[in-house]
Amino acid sequence: MSNFYNDNQDIIFHLENMDLRRIVELKEDNFTDSKTCSYSPLDYEDTVDNYKKILEIVGDITGNYIAQRATEVDQQGATYRDGEVYYAKGTKEAIDILKKADLMGMTLPRKFEGLNLPKTIYSMCIEMVSRADASLMNLVGLQDIADTICKFGSEDQKTRFLPRFAKGEVMGAMALTEPDAGSDLQAVMLKAHQDPDGTWYLNGVKRFITNGCADISLVLARSEDKTTDGRGLSLFVYERDQNLTIRRIEHKLGIHGSPTCEIQFNNAKCELLGTRRMGLIKYTMSLMNGARLGIAAQSLGIAEAAYRESLKYAKERNQFKKKILSFTAVYEMLTDMKIGLEASRALLYETSKIVDLKEGLEERMEKYPERKSDLRDEVSKYTKLAGLFTPLAKAHNTEVGNKICYDAIQIHGGVGYTTEFNVERHARDQRITNIYEGTTQMQIVAAIGGITCGLISERLNEYENDNDFHQAPELFKALQELRTNLELAISHIKKRNDTLSIEFHARRLTEMALYTVNSYLLSIDGLKNQRKKQMAQIYTSKAIPESRSRLAFIASDDYSIASLHEGIIREI
Amino acid sequence: MGALNIIVTVKQVPDTHNISGDAMKEDGTVNRAMLPTIFNPEDLNALEEALKVKDQLGGKITVITMGPPKAIEVLKDALYRGADEAVLISDRKFAGADTLATSYSLKCAIEKIGRYDIIFCGRQAIDGDTAQVGPQIAEKLKINQITNIIRVEEVTNNSITLRRQTEYGQEIVKSGFPVLITVTAEANEPRFPSVKRVMMFKNITKKEVEESYDETYLKTPEDRTKKYITEWSADSIGADSIKIGLAGSPTKVKHIEKVVLTANSKNMQDIPNTEAGIGALIDELKNEHIFG
Repeated sequence: MSNFYNDNQDIIFHLENMDLRRIVELKEDNFTDSKTCSYSPLDYEDTVDNYKKILEIVGDITGNYIAQRATEVDQQGATYRDGEVYYAKGTKEAIDILKKADLMGMTLPRKFEGLNLPKTIYSMCIEMVSRADASLMNLVGLQDIADTICKFGSEDQKTRFLPRFAKGEVMGAMALTEPDAGSDLQAVMLKAHQDPDGTWYLNGVKRFITNGCADISLVLARSEDKTTDGRGLSLFVYERDQNLTIRRIEHKLGIHGSPTCEIQFNNAKCELLGTRRMGLIKYTMSLMNGARLGIAAQSLGIAEAAYRESLKYAKERNQFKKKILSFTAVYEMLTDMKIGLEASRALLYETSKIVDLKEGLEERMEKYPERKSDLRDEVSKYTKLAGLFTPLAKAHNTEVGNKICYDAIQIHGGVGYTTEFNVERHARDQRITNIYEGTTQMQIVAAIGGITCGLISERLNEYENDNDFHQAPELFKALQELRTNLELAISHIKKRNDTLSIEFHARRLTEMALYTVNSYLLSIDGLKNQRKKQMAQIYTSKAIPESRSRLAFIASDDYSIASLHEGIIREI
Repeated sequence: MGALNIIVTVKQVPDTHNISGDAMKEDGTVNRAMLPTIFNPEDLNALEEALKVKDQLGGKITVITMGPPKAIEVLKDALYRGADEAVLISDRKFAGADTLATSYSLKCAIEKIGRYDIIFCGRQAIDGDTAQVGPQIAEKLKINQITNIIRVEEVTNNSITLRRQTEYGQEIVKSGFPVLITVTAEANEPRFPSVKRVMMFKNITKKEVEESYDETYLKTPEDRTKKYITEWSADSIGADSIKIGLAGSPTKVKHIEKVVLTANSKNMQDIPNTEAGIGALIDELKNEHIFG
């Protein structure tokens, strides 16, 4: 039994060292809510104190209640019977306890009975939920649906739907994927048509819908006849009625507690969200970015759980008359796992803070149109940064998280492969994180523009200007090399001026960018804390040869795989 | 019949489940300074049953504790979990109370509150383990009591049906109101604090209230600086000074013995695995008063 907040020194370190003033200022807008809402904070200190209190309660619930049920939820799973989906017993109990603790509308404004939490704090909560039970995160994390309604819905829609989400009366789903539209959502076929009186109806099938049995779904559908691309799609709010059939649920490798549904809309009445034709290009992109940040936190939580199990096991298990922890091969693995976790956490919070600033500034601009010209540049800056960092964090944390779970089984040896230990569950749950909400390959496509256009270098300049690296000259030298390698690789590819080069090296460039950004972030933390500094030293010393090898390959101009691959992989 | 009035008695206790080496003094008494204090576990079960009744039928939950000013922490915790009002009875004159004096003091406070349909108590506190205070309150108030509850079977606006554990099995008992109920850990898994209520109540402090209890404790934002926890002294609950605190406590501690339990006692290892050996083991257990 433990509290997943109080026992996590790294989350506490970040919260204590994080400057949240700007985010709180944007979120609380002079604490005006305190005039109308009894649980609203009075000043900055009170706000941060509230965050801590919330994190402690989430830590208590996740550590002492939800984690106790995770194995059983995994074994029982969500089930399908006679057209209806049933959650596992532990899932139901967990949702009920979170509801009673008022944790189902964490990021919604207080006006709609939410907690008005910034994404940064929400990410911490999502990590803890995932550490306890990864599959529960898929249901709890669907609070993003409510966020999207909050951002793009009409006042009437917000008033009707959002308080019900915040009270936990309804759960959400996002119905985007179809059998022939996965990564390529422009191919969505599900049809939306309008009656002469203006009422919208949905017809068609969606597949791989997490919690497709939800009370309220956001459905991406083709509203414009005779269109075939993304601009013919709109987003609809659908409240479940008898016109939705759940055809089946998937039998999956992991996250058994989360039902993945195939659903069919049979002339189901719905309502338009926002403006027609903006469904994919604006609203779904926004929704997906929120969800991607959530997955970055989810994979971190699962990896944290797997690391802890492994360290505990390595301290207890004796072989050759020694604790296996004392073997170089084992302690190196565990050290890399731990550094991977803390790098993931630093990147997650960096990204969350960027998203908070972007959203906070956007809200402010909407609220005070007269100040639009003052805010425009900053909004633009953080929008671009969010567009870069969200896929970076998603790609990094899920790949590293998978590696950590893989090594966690390795450290356990044969027993790690059995259901007697938790690490096999963590590995199965983790495996989806670098696939859904956009595969790592899609995240690279999303991130590469921000890497090659120089945006990343601007951010690195900010890190250098805002921090005094004189205290750590050796680290700074390493950072400079990582940065130079990245910039050399980018300019080398740009000089070639063809799409193949960028496509071919996109993964390598993204990895170089991640080695560089993570080295900066860990080093910045290292300026405040000796242990973090040591961690930054180990991370950068391993990152440099990785970065050099990628630069060497890029500089070699060897594109032979493009011409030779057909001959190699033609035959099975 | 209007909404139910429910009272829950709670106690702040040393956390005897997390005892370290420093928890006991040389003389074998509890070193309270070294122990963190917690909400007595079965009192949380009592509060949870009260909250479940309120979820179903509505009503008002008043939590009451007797203790030093620090005991305000358990009252705040109860407010965080959903209690409506909280009363601290605190006075130097209450110090040294045994179960008799405690139950008398709580009875006086409950009478001052006035209206109540159900009083939920935890079966026992983890410091004293007596399980006496609940039953004694019921006796003093001259109301029904149903102890050792493991489940609430049914509750309506005028009666409650309960399943209680006895030494011989289980009983299902129904009572009208008012009734005092003692709840065991088996009854439920208590809910966690509501984060909204934590943010709402975290800065409140106590207030001595000598006026009528019927004062409305407003919960609108303008009143966030108002005080939600009522504090009563021995005088304000009209307690007879010879019935409270040390003066009102006939229980006297005669002797405290430090018992160290060790595994693999030598005696036990010497017992052979034969019928005669088992007989000898039974005799040994009887002699040690472990059973029989």
